[in-house]
Amino acid sequence: MTTNNLAETSAIESVGGVATVDLAVQTVRDLNQGLHDQHDEMTIEKWDVLNPKGHHNLAVGVNQKLKIDIHGPAGYYCAGMNQQAEVTIHGHTGQGVAENMMSGLVRVKGNASSAAGATAHGGLLVIEGDAGSRCGISMKGVDILVKGSVGHMSCFMGQAGVLAVCGDAGDALGDSLYEAHIYVKGSVKSLGADCIEKEMRPEHIEELTELFERAGVTDQDPRDFKRYGSARQLYNFKVDNAGSY
Amino acid sequence: MCGIVGLYLKNDKYESELGKLFTPMLIAMTERGPDSAGFAVYGDAVEDGIKLTLRHEDVDYDWAALASDIESALNTKVNWFQNSKVAVFKVETDAETVENYLEQNHDDVLVMSSGKSIEILKEVGLPERIVDMFKLGNMKGSHIIGHTRMATESAVTMAGSHPFSTGLDLCLVHNGSFSNHNRLRQELKREGIEFNTENDTEVAAGYLTYRLQQGDSLNEALENALKTLDGFYTLTIGTKDGFAVVRDPIACKPAVIAETDDYVAMASEYQALTTLPGIEDAKVWEPEPSKIYVWERN
Repeated sequence: MTTNNLAETSAIESVGGVATVDLAVQTVRDLNQGLHDQHDEMTIEKWDVLNPKGHHNLAVGVNQKLKIDIHGPAGYYCAGMNQQAEVTIHGHTGQGVAENMMSGLVRVKGNASSAAGATAHGGLLVIEGDAGSRCGISMKGVDILVKGSVGHMSCFMGQAGVLAVCGDAGDALGDSLYEAHIYVKGSVKSLGADCIEKEMRPEHIEELTELFERAGVTDQDPRDFKRYGSARQLYNFKVDNAGSY
Repeated sequence: MCGIVGLYLKNDKYESELGKLFTPMLIAMTERGPDSAGFAVYGDAVEDGIKLTLRHEDVDYDWAALASDIESALNTKVNWFQNSKVAVFKVETDAETVENYLEQNHDDVLVMSSGKSIEILKEVGLPERIVDMFKLGNMKGSHIIGHTRMATESAVTMAGSHPFSTGLDLCLVHNGSFSNHNRLRQELKREGIEFNTENDTEVAAGYLTYRLQQGDSLNEALENALKTLDGFYTLTIGTKDGFAVVRDPIACKPAVIAETDDYVAMASEYQALTTLPGIEDAKVWEPEPSKIYVWERN
């Protein structure tokens, strides 16, 4: 076993170019500091995180092309603010996975709690199970693919990016939507204010095809999906509505 | 904040280990609620008569004398044991008779719970301290719900701690806050419901008590609660045979549920579930808003 140059700050050790951080004996701060120390120069590409046991804030604020595998369920804000890294959670995640992600790939093998991908600007979030409420709330350019279903108020105020749902969507999908693109294969319990079903044109089939390819999804046909988008009626204040305020 | 945890056993496999399994669950929620903690455990049911959890501030209170007072005054039999400041009394009569007798003759004794199997134990302090104080690890039973409190709406006191009793074998724990509790408290007082604190959860508990008195089933009472209680909340309700979980229509207070062949466990955070046997293979999901989940043995 060799001790790498991070030993002074975080006692992270690597074997054969793989760092293993066991949260049964090391702290979340050790892990995150170790990951942040890779920002200037990547000396260890692959990271295995053991015994996450629902800890919050795992692999938050990473800005390097690292490959991080979290072997078990994660708590809140896992992979938040991610840039460049490829983070795989081999389990479920709590609230706000990949919140404010800028780039990179976050893959959840289990279910995700509420606010998955909230406010994220870029990158790709793949949730192989179900996502809870407010999935993609205020998304600003991230692409989110959920293989299961999403809860209520998903894509609330979504501004840009794609939310594709292979299962069903809960109440108030796309409420107060801006220009995010929503695709749902199953049923939609209800649409939120100013969200409407729209025609599936060839460029949308192409967009979904490309998303499935990037996400490594091979068992879905884009033609089975319906598209939802903004009716653009809430963009500007209308004097006719003044009495409602 | 505040943390909620619940563990309901589907069969008798882990009944003798209920307290042992639940101890790390409650302690795991310390960061969400370091002010006070409590739990309601269901087990050791009485066939005839009633079981009451009584409490006295004096740890050296003479429970034996109280037991013989009740025996002679009510012409009944009392089995009892002490656990810290609390004593569990099993009395061969009905709850109202004992509660009325205590109110008139021993008003320094608090009735924490009454029913066939419920025992409510709660105290100010860190969950770890409360667990040790009441020797939770040794407790047996079919199900248990607990709470760790970070006080927001009222003072840090034993009386403001959860669970709150809502009737025979019924209790409530709550994470969140109610915005209409003052007005609702006034309305319920007019209906004859008594309140001991300024706590908002006590109002929710009082509301459920009121609805159940009006003839609602537990399900109906919870449906009415969803309409009447304004605020954000996750509630867990302990019943004689199981527990129920309800989240408000927006569902901003966290909740996660794990189910295996042997148990259903709920918690504010997954961290509280990691020590349960077989959790790696459990079905884990987030309860939906405005949906009443009930698990009960038949």
